Amino acid sequence: MSYFTPDRRAQAEELLSLYPKARSALVPLCHLAQEQDGWLRPEAMEEIAGLVGVTPAEVRGTATFYDMLHTEPVGTYLIAICTNIACLLDGAQELLEHAEELLGVRAGGTTEDGRFSLEEAECLADCDHAPCVQVNHRFVRAQTPEAFDQLVDDLVAGRVQETIPPHGTLCRVRRDGGLRVDRQQIAAERAAARAAKASRAAAADEAKPSSGGSS
Amino acid sequence: MLDGRSVTARPGEVLIAAAERAGVFIPRFCYHPRMKPVGMCRMCLVEVASPRGPALQPSCFIPVTEGMEVVTTSERVKKAQDGVHEFLLINHPLDCPVCDKGGECPLQDQTLAYGPGESRFVEEKRHFEKPIALSNLVLLDRERCIQCGRCTRFAEEIAGEAQIDFAGRGERLEVAKFPTTSFSSYFSGNTVQICPVGALTATPYRFTARPWDLDQVESTCTTCALGCRVAVQSSANRLTRLLGIDVDPVNQSWLCDKGRYVFESVNGDEALVPGAAFAGEARPAGRGATVRLTQPLVRTHGELVPASWGEALGAAADGLRRVRAVGGPEAVAVLGGARLTNEGAYAWAKLAKGVIGTDSVDAQLGDGLPAELVLSLPRATIDEACRAKVLVTLTGDVREELPVLFLRVRQAVLSGATRLVELTYQTTSLTPYAAASLLMRSGDAPGLARLLVGGSAIASGAPFHPDGPPWSPAQLATARDLLAETPEGAGVVVLVGRPSLAEDASLVAEAVEVLANAWPAARFLPTLRRGNVHGALDMGFAPGLLPGRVSLEEGRAWFRRFWPTVPERTGRSGAAVLASLAGDLEDPDGASDQREAPKGPPIGALVLLGADPVGDFPDRQLAERALAAAEFVVVVGGHPSASLHHADVVLPAAVAHERPGTTTNVEGRVSRLGQKLVAPGLAWPDWMIAAELAASLGADLGFTSASAVLEEIGRVAPSYRGIDAAIEEGTHRDGVIVPLVGRGVERFEPIDPIATPGVESVERQGAPPRVGSARIGAWVVPVSVEGSGEGVPRLLSWPSYVAKRTSTRPTHVSPPDAYTLRLVSGRRLYDRGSAVLGSPSLVPLVPKAPARINPHDLDRFGIDDGDAVRVRSSRGSLVMRAEADPNVARGTVVIDFNLTVAVPDHRDAPGREALRRETTAEKDRRGTERPEDAQRELGASVLIDAMAPVTDIRLESL
Ligand code: SF4
Ligand code: SF4
Ligand code: FES
Ligand code: FES
Repeated sequence: MSYFTPDRRAQAEELLSLYPKARSALVPLCHLAQEQDGWLRPEAMEEIAGLVGVTPAEVRGTATFYDMLHTEPVGTYLIAICTNIACLLDGAQELLEHAEELLGVRAGGTTEDGRFSLEEAECLADCDHAPCVQVNHRFVRAQTPEAFDQLVDDLVAGRVQETIPPHGTLCRVRRDGGLRVDRQQIAAERAAARAAKASRAAAADEAKPSSGGSS
Repeated sequence: MLDGRSVTARPGEVLIAAAERAGVFIPRFCYHPRMKPVGMCRMCLVEVASPRGPALQPSCFIPVTEGMEVVTTSERVKKAQDGVHEFLLINHPLDCPVCDKGGECPLQDQTLAYGPGESRFVEEKRHFEKPIALSNLVLLDRERCIQCGRCTRFAEEIAGEAQIDFAGRGERLEVAKFPTTSFSSYFSGNTVQICPVGALTATPYRFTARPWDLDQVESTCTTCALGCRVAVQSSANRLTRLLGIDVDPVNQSWLCDKGRYVFESVNGDEALVPGAAFAGEARPAGRGATVRLTQPLVRTHGELVPASWGEALGAAADGLRRVRAVGGPEAVAVLGGARLTNEGAYAWAKLAKGVIGTDSVDAQLGDGLPAELVLSLPRATIDEACRAKVLVTLTGDVREELPVLFLRVRQAVLSGATRLVELTYQTTSLTPYAAASLLMRSGDAPGLARLLVGGSAIASGAPFHPDGPPWSPAQLATARDLLAETPEGAGVVVLVGRPSLAEDASLVAEAVEVLANAWPAARFLPTLRRGNVHGALDMGFAPGLLPGRVSLEEGRAWFRRFWPTVPERTGRSGAAVLASLAGDLEDPDGASDQREAPKGPPIGALVLLGADPVGDFPDRQLAERALAAAEFVVVVGGHPSASLHHADVVLPAAVAHERPGTTTNVEGRVSRLGQKLVAPGLAWPDWMIAAELAASLGADLGFTSASAVLEEIGRVAPSYRGIDAAIEEGTHRDGVIVPLVGRGVERFEPIDPIATPGVESVERQGAPPRVGSARIGAWVVPVSVEGSGEGVPRLLSWPSYVAKRTSTRPTHVSPPDAYTLRLVSGRRLYDRGSAVLGSPSLVPLVPKAPARINPHDLDRFGIDDGDAVRVRSSRGSLVMRAEADPNVARGTVVIDFNLTVAVPDHRDAPGREALRRETTAEKDRRGTERPEDAQRELGASVLIDAMAPVTDIRLESL
């Protein structure tokens, strides 16, 4: 029995076929699995290990390296508060402490009802709206404790469902077309790259005798 | 230029290694001489001259180049070392007083030698829950880890199974296993051995001793026949741990976990009290609960009662004399001996063959190969196997049988030094590395061998099977193509062993003969796995042989000079002895080693040398009948066994690490065994028991010490001539290969003391330290082996074997029908042998054996994966769990040997219920006979029929 749902399994196989070395598909496959459950279950890592030809421990080793891959369950809403320098100067620490108090968890924790996970993030590249907050990797403007309370209220009440769908992380930021790739486009790009390489090599070959001649 | 003097390096050598050979030690943590460098810890920074001035570079990571200028002691280097140490210690707890590594810790030592005096770090350090168990054997204290990656690299690079890896990053980096599995590698102990701090500890050693309380000897592991070199450490006459010693031609510093931890079975806390439980029966759980035989016992009024050595030897001598008087010398048989030292084996061979006069002596109990075949084949060394053009395997799973050989072969294949062709009944640990893996059924080996050497399918006589041949034609073509590049088998090495105990040895023997005849230039590495079985065979511990690899006929005249007598006739093999005792008429291995053996008189007396036919012989039923029928049984050994029930006299023997001597490994390498302990109670070394028993029989074996026995071996055993001089105490500690030829060079590379911390730091007994010493020496062989001195018999050789082989009577295997499956019973590393059962740390690792069957066959029989089935052979039946396994050839059922069989899960209620009903029904049917539960414990040996060439099985669904 595959851990992946049938359509995701098909996507997984497609992803694998994109890389000359199966191992290269490890991180994309982790994202795919996370899309399914919101986090990487052990079964998911075991299956990925089998697909790319490494051990489950190695999948976990890679996954734990990246902050956006979770090997523990995360809440429906993953709230990230940036505490890098710009945000810090604009009250990120206070906001984080407020959030901890409000949600009753430390940064890195998940509320008991499984609704919220809180994490401290490095610069999220939205410094001009410091302190910067993301929910499920979507920017939200909640720069003050009051605004944060309002955000949590809205989330609990389901008022922002359209903009911030519950659960999961990366699936929420997929671009149009997501992980599906246009086969022909890839083939064309690869062919173009090969042709460019060949012409470069030919040019270099041509250059050689002439340089030999000149010396 | 190294620190101002000029040194030479080998091509491609890294700086740290070249410096070390030149006597300059550069501190290091992550670098290990047996693994690829990673440059992770930066402890080894040195200054290397570059066009832009001297630059700090990690010396473990840069290869030496011509004209390189290197400084290892400058201010800058010192400052870098200080810096690295300061960083390493930021998060290191410095709990040395309670840390197991204290006293032998590279971090401790190098901090003292190269580190800054003080730390500027005042913040809080990391804290972790401690320790976490990576497995039953390995514990991890994460806060001590310095992230050198030795353990994770070992798991991936050397063992080939990365069950542990780094998780997290930055200061949160930690070594971790996968949550739902454990670090179950057979080689996990090596990570503990090479961890440069106290982060990894082994449960059997943790908190048991301090390095300064220990002392050690160098010795050789005899748990299997590979002969890994070890440092054996003990405290207060108890073994505490074994560490691998780096011997280039053998184990290259690694050990397997079985070899490393079975020492627990030597530390016997309890002496066997008469009437107490015997091995294999209930025994108290917990550390050191091993039972040892510590005093002679004599059966009096039906009970084994303690006796003095004099009484016991007298009783043994009386019994043997009585039997000999009635049935002649051939009525006495001596079985076992694969656990003895060479000295013990020679002494017993001299007693049995030279004093009692029987040739029915066998170190193999139906689980080996015909001795004459093994000794006649041109022998390969392990190194030769690892650089063979083509390495052919016809053996059980190497990782299960000779674990460290698996490491060697795997490395060899990965480095491109050799290519592997596998003949096997099921996918093995080597299959992923094989160029061609030919799946076969039991009985196919001779036919497949003929195909491999170029025969046609029809002429090969490959048995017909309704499903067609199990091997893939493409793989066969690949194998044949590879072998076509090696005319006459030049550069081919064949690993030969017993892939299954459920078939007769003659099948493998026949296949090997085909290969040896077709490839005259090929060499063979026998993979018989029992401790010192190769030494025992070399000492003549098989019918038809005399010590020093000579046949009985060839050596008779020579040995008459040294021994009181020499047997008149070829005796019977272990299997034949048991069969004749059991009254089974047919000769079990009539086609192989028994081809010239006349039917001798009935066997009256059995001497069992550390052997337990009831537990070890593939056919349990036959062994039990045989032992029950024996008139007089003498058991010599260190551990109680099921065979004790039949003993008339029990003589307690010293076991491994309790006696000095020599041992011989698969390639014929003779190396020294160190004595670390005093044997418990009244136990004696085997040679002494033989000598004293001979004295009780009125003969003088002529030696009074183990070294005197070795001296005699070196004088009279033709293939061992000169051995005593060649491995005199303290020289040639890598061992030497027999027969000795010419002059050998002893070459000690200086070995990194940090590669295996804990060897250097522990006091030694005996020979001076080897680690870190560089010596060139030479042995002087007093004789060239063949033909020198008049009358020295010729050694067995392939031409002589072929010449003697009068009739080639191929073993007839009838084709299976559609309703039967052929049984394959291979070895697993952890089984229910007395060494493992006596080692509390290993007992939980012993697996259960399901009936593994190809899913296609299960389908055919309408059985589901996990169902309870009855497996029935002509010998007996077992109710057990069936498991679908695509790695097993079709038409085959695999039930591994010497394991309790698996029953369906508790979760599976219907299966459980069916099992309960069946068990009750079976109990009713069998009346008071052995209950089904006990049957299950015995496993495959209940089913195997040693009288048949193969064992066929029928499956009944319940
Ligand atoms: S546990 Fe030991 S061997 Fe493994 S990385 Fe840490 S310090 Fe190195
Ligand atoms: S491979 Fe064999 S000789 Fe080596 S450690 Fe293991 S059991 Fe001992
Ligand atoms: S510092 Fe917070 S978003 Fe850049
Ligand atoms: S970086 Fe060279 S020993 Fe670690």
